[in-house]
Amino acid sequence: MPTVQDIEVKDSAARHAQAAEQFQDERMVLNMGPSHPATHGVLRIVLELDGEIITKADPDVGYLHRGDEKIAENMTYTQFIPYTDRLDYLAPLANNVAYALAVEKLLGIHDKLPPRCQYIRVMCAEMARISAHLLGLGAFAMDMGAVTVFLLIFTEREKVYNMAEAISGARLTTSYTRVGGVMRDIPPTLLDQCQKFCDEFIPALNDIETLLTRNRIWVDRVRNLAVISKSDAIEYGLSGPNLRGSGVEWDLRKNQPYLCYKDLEFDIPVGSTGDCYDRYLVRMEEMRQSVRILQQCIKKMPGGAENKSKEPVNVDNGKVILPPKQGVMTKMEELIHQFMLVTEGMNCPPGEIYFGHENPKGELGFYINSKGGGVPYRLKIRAPSFVNLSIVPKIFQGAMISDTVAILGSLDFVMGECDR
Amino acid sequence: MRTESEIGYNSKIEGDVVVTTVDAALNWFRKNSVWPMPMGLACCAIELMAVGASRFDISRFGSEVMRFSPRQADCMIVAGTVTYKMALATRRIWDQMPEPKWCIAMGACASTGGMYRSYAVLQGVDQIIPVDIYVSGCPPRPEAVLDALMKLQDKISKQPVIEKMTITNLNKEAA
Amino acid sequence: MTSLEAAKKLKQRFGDLVSEPTEFRGEISVTIGDAEQIVEVCTFAKQDLDFCYLVDITSIDNYGDDPRWTIVYHLRGLRNGCELRLKTSVSEEKSKLPSILTVWATANWHEREIYDMMGVHFRDHPDLRRILMWEGYPYFPLRKDFPLAGKPSDLPGVAFTRLTPMEGGPFVTVAGGNSAMSREPRIRIPETDSIETMARLERRKEIQEAHGHPKGPGPIEKK
Repeated sequence: MPTVQDIEVKDSAARHAQAAEQFQDERMVLNMGPSHPATHGVLRIVLELDGEIITKADPDVGYLHRGDEKIAENMTYTQFIPYTDRLDYLAPLANNVAYALAVEKLLGIHDKLPPRCQYIRVMCAEMARISAHLLGLGAFAMDMGAVTVFLLIFTEREKVYNMAEAISGARLTTSYTRVGGVMRDIPPTLLDQCQKFCDEFIPALNDIETLLTRNRIWVDRVRNLAVISKSDAIEYGLSGPNLRGSGVEWDLRKNQPYLCYKDLEFDIPVGSTGDCYDRYLVRMEEMRQSVRILQQCIKKMPGGAENKSKEPVNVDNGKVILPPKQGVMTKMEELIHQFMLVTEGMNCPPGEIYFGHENPKGELGFYINSKGGGVPYRLKIRAPSFVNLSIVPKIFQGAMISDTVAILGSLDFVMGECDR
Repeated sequence: MRTESEIGYNSKIEGDVVVTTVDAALNWFRKNSVWPMPMGLACCAIELMAVGASRFDISRFGSEVMRFSPRQADCMIVAGTVTYKMALATRRIWDQMPEPKWCIAMGACASTGGMYRSYAVLQGVDQIIPVDIYVSGCPPRPEAVLDALMKLQDKISKQPVIEKMTITNLNKEAA
Repeated sequence: MTSLEAAKKLKQRFGDLVSEPTEFRGEISVTIGDAEQIVEVCTFAKQDLDFCYLVDITSIDNYGDDPRWTIVYHLRGLRNGCELRLKTSVSEEKSKLPSILTVWATANWHEREIYDMMGVHFRDHPDLRRILMWEGYPYFPLRKDFPLAGKPSDLPGVAFTRLTPMEGGPFVTVAGGNSAMSREPRIRIPETDSIETMARLERRKEIQEAHGHPKGPGPIEKK
């Protein structure tokens, strides 16, 4: 038993060194998960403990491995869209947009999308970003004991769910985008609904911030915890708010712009110290910037809310996207296109592409290797959560057990994406 | 207090004494405080959280808290895909739950494996756990989960209490 | 520096080892002839060409072709925004190539996943074990000759692969007892736990055989 230990030591590496000297052989192995309220899904971490201090942490992932990549080799590109919903199931619209853009890059049409389609997709991605960050925040806070935040965020998320339902028919697993466009045009009331949401969301977010950001207990628990240095963040391939929280200014929406992000004004929050508090602040600010983007999209939507000028929402190419039903029922060419697309899928050229999309959790990348035809030869999903979790063995060392929930909450990963 | 007995209760005639069967009383207690243990594995867990949140409040049906410890829970709601890797952990947690216990398989993945017909996914949690209610949907709407809970409450109210213990033990023998 | 210039510099440095850069949809790919030299190529790319970020490592199964495995590395330079794809091939008999963990630390889990899914070994990897499937799973699922529905195998052991100190400890009930009392641990000796449970189950089986149901002769008045 330790006699008098200085519990003021905040630097985790020093704590680790102190502990390691004295107790070489008294390590306990504790298994955290896979069924654990604070592991954000089915993650198992085998901790080697020295009293309260973790000396080794070994995450064991794969409890939700469903074989998505092998399934993709057996389905056409359109048939795989529902599987992308379930990758990062907190932001399914963002995954849909990412996948559709990837296949469109393979086809060579990702920069030829009609403007209305681009704005709709940007709106979907930003709504998904708000929804995912809210839940990440809520789960983070709930695990630390601030249960009120969890219930508050769910109220806001229900509004996003209402909008997702208006757009696509489903609350959670939307499967909204298609290769070459979207499933259907947005309903006329959506832009008003979105504006109302933006107006109500900022005060609600301010309420949540007053509960947490300057709360003494919260700051004491997450400040200077699990500091990830800039070089470590780049070495370990982190992306998204985790990377930006460590001070690296890299956001795919600005550095490798896609869709219509070039025409929109928004800022990228970047942290300074790389601790859990910074990552939390980055996410809070990203939500505000997403609201800013949404408001610009509402104003700039080509065709307006009701699309009176009949702006196209899909690429005008019957070989890529299903033609309108009136054409299919009356004209021969459209009928053939419909038949070929449904049975064989769109005819992609042989080749390989990689497309990275700025998902709320990080960079969701699709590497598609195609040998021609409508079915990919190899589809690899570069999941941000998988890569973000690989830093866990490093940052858990020297932390205490009660810090594990804080660190996992701040990393904000989703096992559906990590394990695919 | 409303009772489940078939005898009509009229307090003018019978006074302020409630007469009922043991079954009815015990079942009434049990069904109105089913504390779920959320086995939240995948996307359905998010809808399960939404059921617990304020819009679709599950606690008005008696499920006041989501008990994450199986030893304190009545009903295991398997929400999400059960993979082979996770299967034994799920079974172990089921075994740790004390009697009486029920299981709701929420969503397509828990009921039958859902759209994941692949090498890593258990095709339905009923291969390892006796399921009482199946909820379809991918993910099921929160209203569907509440409907499942109500159906479970109906099922509980109809169950003869004493015999259930015997039947469960026989199941354990067979397992 | 654009991606094409970086690729050309790579070719200049390594000569015949690196192929001519090809372009498709704005992306530059080069093929590395010999997989054994991948560490040198990656070190040069990181230190001299400023590709500080490894995005992804992928594996492709060219079933029916030789060499069977193609390993694809996606590199990115955060300062200049360049991206480059390196491809290298490994034959099936060999199925081994050096690990680039020393160059980018993120390669650790990517390589473990490739080993798990395809069965390609990475030399000098400190901890090459399965990551998505369970330890002891006998197949490599993403290979083209492995069916989607899978092949039968033993289910994994419970969530612990080794006994943790708390298993069978004083607070864990014994499964299989037919009432809460019999499941409740009073004095527990972890080593004899399983023996006790088995003995209890055996006894119940005997009672079942003798009386037709597992609870002994039953109440005096049968219902």
